[in-house]
Amino acid sequence: MTATTTERPAPAGTAVLSLEGINKRFGAVQALTDVSLDVAPGEVVALVGDNGAGKSTLIKIISGVYQPDGGTITFAGRVVHVGGPSEAQALGISTVFQDLALCDNLDVVANLFLGQEKGTAGWLDEVTMEKESWRLLRTLSAKIPSVRIPIASLSGGQRQTVAIARSLVGAPKVVMLDEPTAALGVAQTAEVLNLIERLRETGLGVILVSHNMADVQAVADRIIVLRLGRNAAEFNVDETTTEQLVAAITGASDNVVADRIRRNQAAHHAGAHDA
Amino acid sequence: MPEATPTTPKNPTTAPTVQDEMSPAVPIPADLSDERLVHARGVRGALDSFTRKVRGGDLGSLPVIIGLIVISLVFYAQEPTFLSSRTLVNITLFAAPIGIIAIGVVLVLLLGEIDLSVGSVSGLAASVMAVMVVYEGYSLFVSILAGALTGLAIGVLYAVLFTKVGVPSFVITLAGLLGFLGLQLVVLGKNGTVNLPPDSRLVEFARSSFVTGVASYVLVLVVAVGYGAALLWSIRRRTAAGLSAPSLVSVAVRTGLLAGGLLYLTYYLNIDRGLGYLPLLFVALVVLMDLLLRKTTWGRHVFAVGGNVEAARRSGIRVTRVYLSVFALTGLFAAIGGLLAAAQLTSVSQASGGTDTNLTAIAAAVIGGTSLFGGRGTAYAALLGIIVLQSIQTGLNVIGVDSSVRYMVTGAVLLLAVSIDSVSRRARSSSGRG
Repeated sequence: MTATTTERPAPAGTAVLSLEGINKRFGAVQALTDVSLDVAPGEVVALVGDNGAGKSTLIKIISGVYQPDGGTITFAGRVVHVGGPSEAQALGISTVFQDLALCDNLDVVANLFLGQEKGTAGWLDEVTMEKESWRLLRTLSAKIPSVRIPIASLSGGQRQTVAIARSLVGAPKVVMLDEPTAALGVAQTAEVLNLIERLRETGLGVILVSHNMADVQAVADRIIVLRLGRNAAEFNVDETTTEQLVAAITGASDNVVADRIRRNQAAHHAGAHDA
Repeated sequence: MPEATPTTPKNPTTAPTVQDEMSPAVPIPADLSDERLVHARGVRGALDSFTRKVRGGDLGSLPVIIGLIVISLVFYAQEPTFLSSRTLVNITLFAAPIGIIAIGVVLVLLLGEIDLSVGSVSGLAASVMAVMVVYEGYSLFVSILAGALTGLAIGVLYAVLFTKVGVPSFVITLAGLLGFLGLQLVVLGKNGTVNLPPDSRLVEFARSSFVTGVASYVLVLVVAVGYGAALLWSIRRRTAAGLSAPSLVSVAVRTGLLAGGLLYLTYYLNIDRGLGYLPLLFVALVVLMDLLLRKTTWGRHVFAVGGNVEAARRSGIRVTRVYLSVFALTGLFAAIGGLLAAAQLTSVSQASGGTDTNLTAIAAAVIGGTSLFGGRGTAYAALLGIIVLQSIQTGLNVIGVDSSVRYMVTGAVLLLAVSIDSVSRRARSSSGRG
């Protein structure tokens, strides 16, 4: 392994969510081997890795969709067992899935509170939910024309906004975002990155899964690289170059992306030296 | 403006005009503060937003109501007695049992599934009830309970097969259609026909019990006052929460229209026998299911599962329970409809709940505006749909046309209804209404 692991900046005591030695096997495939991850409150941790590196499996283990074969999950200082998506939600871990998991036929309010409806004895309290929806959308400074229109009539960025706002219902401590900018345009991506900043400002632990190095470097505090189901490297974002990241992700420092960056830097250095 | 919009409106003309219309002292409700919203105020605004919805493919009950008007005019032109009190009372009576079955079909369609066996289930439930009460000497109450539980149990069986084994609902219920028809023949035995005692309370309920006179008008007033009070209550709560609320004028207009319409209908039905207990039960069940679907967590979950099962599952909804409750209710409604149909005919035969019942109930749900693709429809679809179909049947009887024509007309109406659904779906997706 060529990537160098920097010393771990997150003190284990302050982490709100901490995974230790997670293993997961699907038949003959060892999807995760001894994977660790920490998130502190008010910290954005980016989880990067190539296709098949185990990012999605790890996300699904944290959100309770899969059960790990081994390892411990510590949440808010307690070792927990996440038995299912609703248990994760009850603990305070919410997930924004890549395909958003919204119901097109329901309006914004219904989607925000789906599975966590407010009401008494099974009867919905629409007024409280609508009021709360506006509050949530306002904390994200989100622009949604109406909370009473079906999701189908919203743009891609607005849907992502609704999905992220939904992750805040029920006051979670950790929010996981799976490829939140994958299908978005430039302006909408910027809007979503702003939302992530705001999540950090409100003191949440954020886990961001992304393929986009620019996005990761724009918002993350720490970057955890997975490769072939193992922790490959961990970086502080300020001390990291794209070159190092790419090298850690691909497991090799000799590829075209890294080469070009190196050439550019060499040229830049040469230029600086001349002047 | 309060902290409703952290960003100041880019378009300086929009927000002030809204405020002017609302009198400057009142702050803009949280849900109207986005500057991109088109504000609809007053009667004109209501009309505007209605036409916009229809153009966008959100037709609601409009096609059915237009269809009903066309049907009434056509039959009335042929035979004026079609709109007589007597004919209308008959339509309400005959529509009710299959209408109750259709409520269950609406529910299962909302999940994007289908129950093809509602006819057979209704026939089996009626046979169980009739055999128990006539041959086995059980009390009427126990027999009715047994019939209803038969339907419920079948629904639970379907749900288990669907959620645990994963057989498509189309196949499960097709098997049920055949299987329970056979079981019905077994239950009925060699004679094949069981006559219910004509003085049975169930038969009386279905055939000769009517709300008339003062009681009927009091009932209408109670309904209208309840409706108006519910609207006022919702306005109060929304205003208290700082959200926009409909105006008092709109409440008065809506309550007035409802009261006026119901009073006239009651008056007109009272010229003949009045509103039967049976249709009253049907309407009450429709209203109840509508409330459960729109106002409860369970109803919200039904729509969510019908719209996107995976999203529903991931948001922690217990999808299996939703399927179980809906299939069980569909079976229960089919059974209740079957019991009442038997009471209305005072007998159960091998033909009870045959193809006709089955197809009429499913067609009614679809004609009433329930989408076959799941997640879209209301309980009122069962009411509107069955009234359309029963009007066609009664109308063709009144003008003395053979039943062969009835099948063809019903088929054409069904095709038309599904075509309207498909076309409006296209309009919806192009105007972003899903």
